[in-house]
Amino acid sequence: VSAASPAVHPRPASGGNAYRLTDRIGLGLAWLLGLMFCAIAAAIVIYFLIEGIRFLRPSLLVTNPVAASSESQTGGFLDPLLGTVIIGFMAMAIALPMGVAMAVWLSEFGRPAGLARVAESIIEMLAGEPSVVLALFGLALFGVPALAFLSQATHGVVLGQSFFAAAAMLSIVGLPMVVANVREGLQAIPAHVREASYALGKTKTATIRRILLPAARPSIATGTMLGLGRVISDTAVVLLLLGGTLTFQNANSVPLLGLLRGTGDTLTGYIYYNAPTGDGNQPDKAYAAAFVLMLMILALNLGVNSVVSRSRKTVRWS
Amino acid sequence: MDEDDFLEPGQGISQDQRAELWLGALVFLVVALLLALLGFVTYEAWPSFAHNGLAWFGAGGSVDEQIQRIFTSGDLKETPVYTFHAWPLIWSTILTTVGAVVIAFVASLFIAVFMVEFAPLWLRRILEPVVRLLASVPSVIYGLVGVLVLVPFISNHLISPSEKASVTPIIQLSGGSLLAAVLILTVMISPIMIAVFVDGLRAVPRGWLEGSLALGINPWRTFWKVGVRTARPVLVAGTVLAAARALGETIMLSMVSGGVPFSPNPVDGLIFLFEPSQPLAATIIRNNEQISSPPMKHTLYAIGAVLLFSTAMLSFIGWAAKRPMRRYGVVA
Repeated sequence: VSAASPAVHPRPASGGNAYRLTDRIGLGLAWLLGLMFCAIAAAIVIYFLIEGIRFLRPSLLVTNPVAASSESQTGGFLDPLLGTVIIGFMAMAIALPMGVAMAVWLSEFGRPAGLARVAESIIEMLAGEPSVVLALFGLALFGVPALAFLSQATHGVVLGQSFFAAAAMLSIVGLPMVVANVREGLQAIPAHVREASYALGKTKTATIRRILLPAARPSIATGTMLGLGRVISDTAVVLLLLGGTLTFQNANSVPLLGLLRGTGDTLTGYIYYNAPTGDGNQPDKAYAAAFVLMLMILALNLGVNSVVSRSRKTVRWS
Repeated sequence: MDEDDFLEPGQGISQDQRAELWLGALVFLVVALLLALLGFVTYEAWPSFAHNGLAWFGAGGSVDEQIQRIFTSGDLKETPVYTFHAWPLIWSTILTTVGAVVIAFVASLFIAVFMVEFAPLWLRRILEPVVRLLASVPSVIYGLVGVLVLVPFISNHLISPSEKASVTPIIQLSGGSLLAAVLILTVMISPIMIAVFVDGLRAVPRGWLEGSLALGINPWRTFWKVGVRTARPVLVAGTVLAAARALGETIMLSMVSGGVPFSPNPVDGLIFLFEPSQPLAATIIRNNEQISSPPMKHTLYAIGAVLLFSTAMLSFIGWAAKRPMRRYGVVA
């Protein structure tokens, strides 16, 4: 009567390899959500492309904003566009060298271990910090009389609003992206590459400068582009620290310094101002500016994608 | 090939030490910067907390009227008024954050599992850049979509005129609502969660999954029972980090949440979803022009300090929760 032994019985269909109904529903839900996610992204991009083409006129790119009440009188967004470029450039000029240096220290040195752990958690905190809090901090920091040369002062009261102040705080917004990506890139390089360099008699500094950083170039590029994306999408810092004044308000007539010490605006500040909830309330202008900003973000994303896919194709260390 | 790339007796060592010192000093500077951030914001916030005590976090009176009084008291050079009860703002922050995090968690978990294990390769190739794109869309653009598309839709199609009439004495339902805020916030924080979840799920050792598959368990079950369970620390970390982002979201919420410091009450039934509110961060940006009045400035810094400490706490929890995953070699 060996046939009665449980081992010989076929397994019940529900417990084994077969997909139960709940599993099928789950898998279906995963498909649905995945496709929905793509659809939402596509909808946002296509919506802004359509609205942007409808409302963007070449004249908008070369005229300055004017505070007025109708679409025909409010001008374009030349200064905000330039403001975005200036702010992005200045913020990354601070964030990139600092981020690379921090990533190198965290990945290659990291002693004392206590400082490394503190620094790591602080980078994480800065990444999660709302930029409006950073803006408040910047307002207090650059309002200190000793830093008056970076903004304007009237009757001894330091304004604390300028391109310098905004760029300094926005560099903190971009910094975590650079650090995280460069660090990941450095850690992906196996230890034997470093050892080979040491074995040739190279110093650690030379190894970092000539072997590790060149090898981590794709990650540096990715981090820079992602950080730049963060910087130019920020609005809170622009409104509080750059003044959100639509056009450049130079601090004095010194050519470049006067501009950078003065207040201005970026595309994000311009969109916020022209949204129905803002003071300007010119949605057509907001759409046009949002279209330009979206193009910048899309370009940065395409850049990241091409770097990521290219670095996947190259030969891995082995 | 410079001469100084190579070790000279004594000299090369000192070059390395110098580099280590400089880089370490820079890292120390950033640490000091964060301490300065904590110090400055707390210092500026102190008068507001000192005058109100714990009542700062409590309910009482209309926030709009309080802000008005605080602002004018600074302008007229009279004795500064600090009375401020932030509960409606805090409640609004809690509702939007919790709502968005709960929905985003479920959706992100499914999408992350799908991306790692079940999606065909072509779809995986699309989903990855899509996640990155949605994470990098500026919040002012999300706000613009909300205020020009979603808010009118809610106002015209989801709220019936009788519902509008039923609350007219108290509040106007114009579409800028909890529902709009939660929906857009969900889309904004999902990519952050998905990115962290995917990194964690990818790091689950293949052998563990194969062991389960070899026992005849189907792939779906295997991945949920073994993969997702192994990655639990990462799920916590991703959720907490996304919650920090949701808590600090400023611009989008100031555009779509209605901009009225009102506390929607879930006891009222589903209509509370359509009621406007105003979260903490949005309050700072909506009143940023009044910062010239000293008592108002201290009040805004107090709101900032609450945000600073709560997001820092969440980020720290997220960072700590991720650490156990190092065992499997994840450095996300």
